[in-house]
Amino acid sequence: MPSAILYDATLCIDCKQCEQACATQNKNPYDDSIGKEQRTSDHKFTYVHDTFGNEKFMRKLCMNCLDPTCVSVCPVGALVKHKEGPVSYNADACMGCRYCMVACPFGVPKYEWTKTIPRVRKCIMCPDRVLAGKQTACAEACPTGATLFGDRDALIAEARKRIAAEPGKYVPTIYGLNEVGGTSVLILSSVPVEKFGYPPAAKYGEKPLPPLTADVLEHVPQVVTVGWAVLGGIWWITNRREIVKESEKP
Amino acid sequence: MKLPKITFWRVVFAAVLALGAWSAYLRFFRGLGASTNLSDQFPWGIWIGFDALCGIMLTAGGFTLMGAVHVFNIKEWRAIARPALVTAFLGYLLEAFALMFDLGKPWNIWHPLIMWNPHSVMFLVGWCVMLYLGIMALEFAPVVFERFRLEKPLRILKIVSTPVVITGVVVAVVHQSALGSLYLIVPGKLHPLWYTPLLPLLFFVSALAAGLAMTVFESTASARHFNHALAKPLLLSIGRVLLITLVVYAILRIHDLFHTGSYRYALQLGYEANMFWVEMALTIALPIGLLLIPKIRNNPFSLYIVSIITVLGFVVNRLNVAVTGMEAASGVRYVPKWSEVSVTMMMVAFGIFWFAVAVKYLPIFTHEHERPAAAPELVKAA
Repeated sequence: MPSAILYDATLCIDCKQCEQACATQNKNPYDDSIGKEQRTSDHKFTYVHDTFGNEKFMRKLCMNCLDPTCVSVCPVGALVKHKEGPVSYNADACMGCRYCMVACPFGVPKYEWTKTIPRVRKCIMCPDRVLAGKQTACAEACPTGATLFGDRDALIAEARKRIAAEPGKYVPTIYGLNEVGGTSVLILSSVPVEKFGYPPAAKYGEKPLPPLTADVLEHVPQVVTVGWAVLGGIWWITNRREIVKESEKP
Repeated sequence: MKLPKITFWRVVFAAVLALGAWSAYLRFFRGLGASTNLSDQFPWGIWIGFDALCGIMLTAGGFTLMGAVHVFNIKEWRAIARPALVTAFLGYLLEAFALMFDLGKPWNIWHPLIMWNPHSVMFLVGWCVMLYLGIMALEFAPVVFERFRLEKPLRILKIVSTPVVITGVVVAVVHQSALGSLYLIVPGKLHPLWYTPLLPLLFFVSALAAGLAMTVFESTASARHFNHALAKPLLLSIGRVLLITLVVYAILRIHDLFHTGSYRYALQLGYEANMFWVEMALTIALPIGLLLIPKIRNNPFSLYIVSIITVLGFVVNRLNVAVTGMEAASGVRYVPKWSEVSVTMMMVAFGIFWFAVAVKYLPIFTHEHERPAAAPELVKAA
């Protein structure tokens, strides 16, 4: 079953337990000063946005899209979408072209710019845990239930129930339900997510991005065969003319 | 031993190489962070925008001329097909070399051979580079074999030459348009003045124009430098085809701006609009305006000047796509670090150097029937 993460920003208390658990899970360093870093980076895959004031918080992490742009653009298939939800990364396959970073609509993948053998770094939704039937490290660590892990459909139903129960409290949409074709991270918030730097829902629409290039690439075999046939035909004509001209010489 | 004479350009060349070597040290021993101004917000800089996009664009004369001469049988362009092929071959070799700097893990560059993802434009680009390099090696081999009078391999290559040239044209066309397709996936990031579903077609047509202009430029430049004359009718007919190609490009580009409604952004003065107008002036207004004047079109020297303008224009176009158009959405202003510029300058210097070496020692501007009866000793030729 495809699983997902539901983050309800109204329940978040900015305790940063998710950040800590994420760092441990991904063998990243973590201390007070890293805790204060208000951005995702090569050593911090999730953070709680707390600069907005008014006790309004927002988590940032990889959306683990249902049809991920990064997976479609990777020339060597180093990024993989698992049917269970996670979008994982194989550093051994990666050649470091960074097309995933250019293409990601959420600006998620980060790079180890200071290393001589660099990797792409991002939240990969704990595939080792999720594929073993466990929940993600951040969901497990969350003391308030702001970050929930579970079946995607069940989480959507839960989110809808919450919006219906307290209509004035939430922005009445689930961010990630349909954005770029839907994501494995769903966000409920009392403040529009774009205020925290997420692309507004209208920016990319509800269609996944990969067909933008995949549909063009489908024409390549045609272009190659038609191109070959046309050029071959032209060569045959011009060559034939030469032969005729030669034979007509006295 | 005679020491090489110290001239201005040799000093420049040595300085570029020395700086390039220092930058290479920074890149491979200190990483991309120490050698570039790239960041998580701006992961592609001039090593992609100039070295890859412009580099490959400027090789387009190679497949255009090889196709025109060997498929369309346009005999009067024959003399210029080899210089164009050498440019293309060198351009691709240098691009492969430049990629070693840009890729985070260049030793994995061969991975697309065994790890397939046909949904990725980058996968297609990787394959095109590798295939076309192999094809150009076959197209270029006769030049070397002629030089050393190796008749048997020459005969074998002659048999396969037509399918090789046709495959080369097809692969190169796919590659040129694929470089535009790379940016189809960033509708929310590339500025609307450059983002259009037509990117693959625009990249292909503009590569034709830039490639022809580059061929006129380098042939004239090397003819001036090496004191050999170029047939005037040849240059003038290329000038006419360049004009037609530019007009086709202008129609596509301008129609597309109105079709997508992006022309509105051109009127909002600012960084992007300014760069857009510079590009439009150099790729469309100036070269077409000048070439429409018969006096300019029919004079080899003014044609040479127009070809330089055209090349510059399309370099601006590619940099606009790769850099200018991507800055606003990234939230940062990207200015290349000195070491990025120095690596790029080193690639250009290598290009000029190896082109000059090839012209000097190989039958590039000459032909089979014009070559000397016996292969001269290499030492003597030097």
